[in-house]
Amino acid sequence: MAMAYTEEQLKKELETKEYEYGFYTDIESDTFPKGLNEEVVIAISKKKEEPEWMTQWRLESFRAWKEMKEPEWANVDYEKPDFQDISYYSAPTKKPKYNSLDEVDPELLDTFKRLGISLDEQKKLAGVAVDIVMDSVSVATTFRKTLAEKGIIFCSISDAIKEHPELVRKYLGTVVPQKDNFYAALNSAVFSDGSFCYIPKGVRCPMELSTYFRINQGGTGQFERTLLIADEGSYVSYLEGCTAPSRDENQLHAAVVELIAMDNAEIKYSTVQNWYPGDKDGKGGVFNFVTKRGWCENHAKISWTQVETGSAITWKYPSCVLKGDYSIGEFYSIAVTNNHQQADTGTKMVHLGKNTRSTIISKGISAGQSQNSYRGLVQVHSRAENARNFSQCDSLLMGNACGAHTFPYIEVKNKTAQIEHEATTSKIGEDQIFYCNQRGIDTESAIALIVNGFGKEVLNKLPMEFAVEAQKLLQISLEGSVG
Amino acid sequence: MLKIKNLHASVDGKEILRGINLEINAGEVHAIMGPNGSGKSTLAAAIAGKEEFEITEGEIYLGGENLEDNSPEERAHKGIFLSFQYPVEIPGVSVTNFIKTAINESRKGRGQEDMPANQMLKLIREKAELLDIDRKFLSRSLNEGFSGGEKKRNEIFQMAMLEPKLAILDETDSGLDIDALRIVANGVNKLRSKDRAIMVITHYQRLLEYIIPDFVHVIHNGKIVKSGTKELALELEEKGYDWLKNEAVV
Repeated sequence: MAMAYTEEQLKKELETKEYEYGFYTDIESDTFPKGLNEEVVIAISKKKEEPEWMTQWRLESFRAWKEMKEPEWANVDYEKPDFQDISYYSAPTKKPKYNSLDEVDPELLDTFKRLGISLDEQKKLAGVAVDIVMDSVSVATTFRKTLAEKGIIFCSISDAIKEHPELVRKYLGTVVPQKDNFYAALNSAVFSDGSFCYIPKGVRCPMELSTYFRINQGGTGQFERTLLIADEGSYVSYLEGCTAPSRDENQLHAAVVELIAMDNAEIKYSTVQNWYPGDKDGKGGVFNFVTKRGWCENHAKISWTQVETGSAITWKYPSCVLKGDYSIGEFYSIAVTNNHQQADTGTKMVHLGKNTRSTIISKGISAGQSQNSYRGLVQVHSRAENARNFSQCDSLLMGNACGAHTFPYIEVKNKTAQIEHEATTSKIGEDQIFYCNQRGIDTESAIALIVNGFGKEVLNKLPMEFAVEAQKLLQISLEGSVG
Repeated sequence: MLKIKNLHASVDGKEILRGINLEINAGEVHAIMGPNGSGKSTLAAAIAGKEEFEITEGEIYLGGENLEDNSPEERAHKGIFLSFQYPVEIPGVSVTNFIKTAINESRKGRGQEDMPANQMLKLIREKAELLDIDRKFLSRSLNEGFSGGEKKRNEIFQMAMLEPKLAILDETDSGLDIDALRIVANGVNKLRSKDRAIMVITHYQRLLEYIIPDFVHVIHNGKIVKSGTKELALELEEKGYDWLKNEAVV
């Protein structure tokens, strides 16, 4: 109920019809030539001044990846990327270590201003620490001090590899193994940068941790790696937001996110994903192949909340392995597809421990000629006594040319499990639109209202500042979808 | 306030309104009656500007202004309110959020700023009190799981909030139960004003026991075949519509 109503702000956004984050920042870049082989993997590792064990880990991953095939089971249709036609490293050349904003490249700051997330504002917005990742290398890290006082480590994964090798080495690849899947293996070999976070025992992180990602170089793949460890009895809320400038060629994004919630820990991980979706005719757009997974020990809880509006292709299943007894996994998702976008997204809830619980709320909105699929797996293993799952998958269709699909998989090996699955499909009706029109609300705003209502259960799970941004995105992504 | 001149309207090429002439002054309540399929709801929808209804001839004026080129939302901004016979559900959108959006969109349409939040809250409180509406009701999803009476209450509440110049209540054959009937009637009576024109569309005389109209018009075959005062409604109750149908033929 405490939602910020932002219809007014939404309307202002409407005035900009083009993808508004589609500009290109000209910061001198140090970019590798295209192509991928062992030398490139070694070069990336060297460039990042990594220890030998890390180089070896990357090489193992690369060798595994070479033997793997790109998966084809998802309900998406696209021209496969040529992995030898991508540059695997690109970093701003001006040295990226700053103590204050004054030292940051003014053009970069301008970029963030245009995104509406200027650091100035962010800094004032007490309670949000921002670790900005732009083309793979962290450029500014704020609030690190405040966090350090609590013993919280929040830094780029590159820094963590150098400064906290014992933690990285212990946990990297434990939730998403190097060979987990094709894209995870690729990421493990070539990941450029990303975030690392460690919350010590019993510590409640006093602010929302937030990272903004952004793809910036034409033809550069983005391979983010995030590792988040919540030690026993700790709590953290982590926000990840993405915007990307428009490009004609497809850009590959293959991220890996690993979460570890130890006994009695809780992690909330929220994402607003707004990569460039391609133009009206389906040209361009980001290929988003992401592996996100969390590991729950006893009485631990992991909640994934995502608002997915961008990318030409989305392949993403934030999952929970409920290993510990009484652990809880949650997945709240809104996925919007418009024009020629294709999304195949959902979750996996793997119940291993006793009395484990999971909740899945998925809201798919399809417009234009897009295809939107929910794919979810609820798996209850034989020793998972009294496991419970509730799944709800709702689809909202706009127009007659789009598609909504649901692929729920349920595998239960313990009779005490209770599994519920509900699914609905509805269409924005002319009656609803006329009703709104009659009350003075134009069609575009009526759709925003109806869509925000449809996604409310999920939007309510987002931290306030993200909820506002998410509502804007929903409207922007559905522009022009009603004739 | 409202002036309709020789209005002809069709749906899918089929003519439903065949020359309606009607004038409603501010401060007046007019009842539109008629048998099923006579064109009552079509008239309401045509005034509100629903696109399926093609105006083939004639004009609709509001306060002297021809509405021909106005979209439904523009007509709403100008002060037309239609209380729907079957209001739609909008899941996840609260009664409060919906009315707030409607009011601010209308203000924007008239070139005004958003209503400040405190003023909005005050107005909501006032109107809710006037119509005996529970606070909890305001946070429920619009029309979702509402009873017939609750849906009507919500429509009347929106009407009170939007303060229209012309209110059209389409109660054609909704078979209002006594509860809903009273809600509509009480609401309308409270919202009667010298600046407002009200059109009540109903199939039965019953509603008019509670809302006393200044004038009654009977529509048959897309034309007003008889106009009179409230006594006409009683006469219809007694004799049915058949005698008028015959009269129309003559």
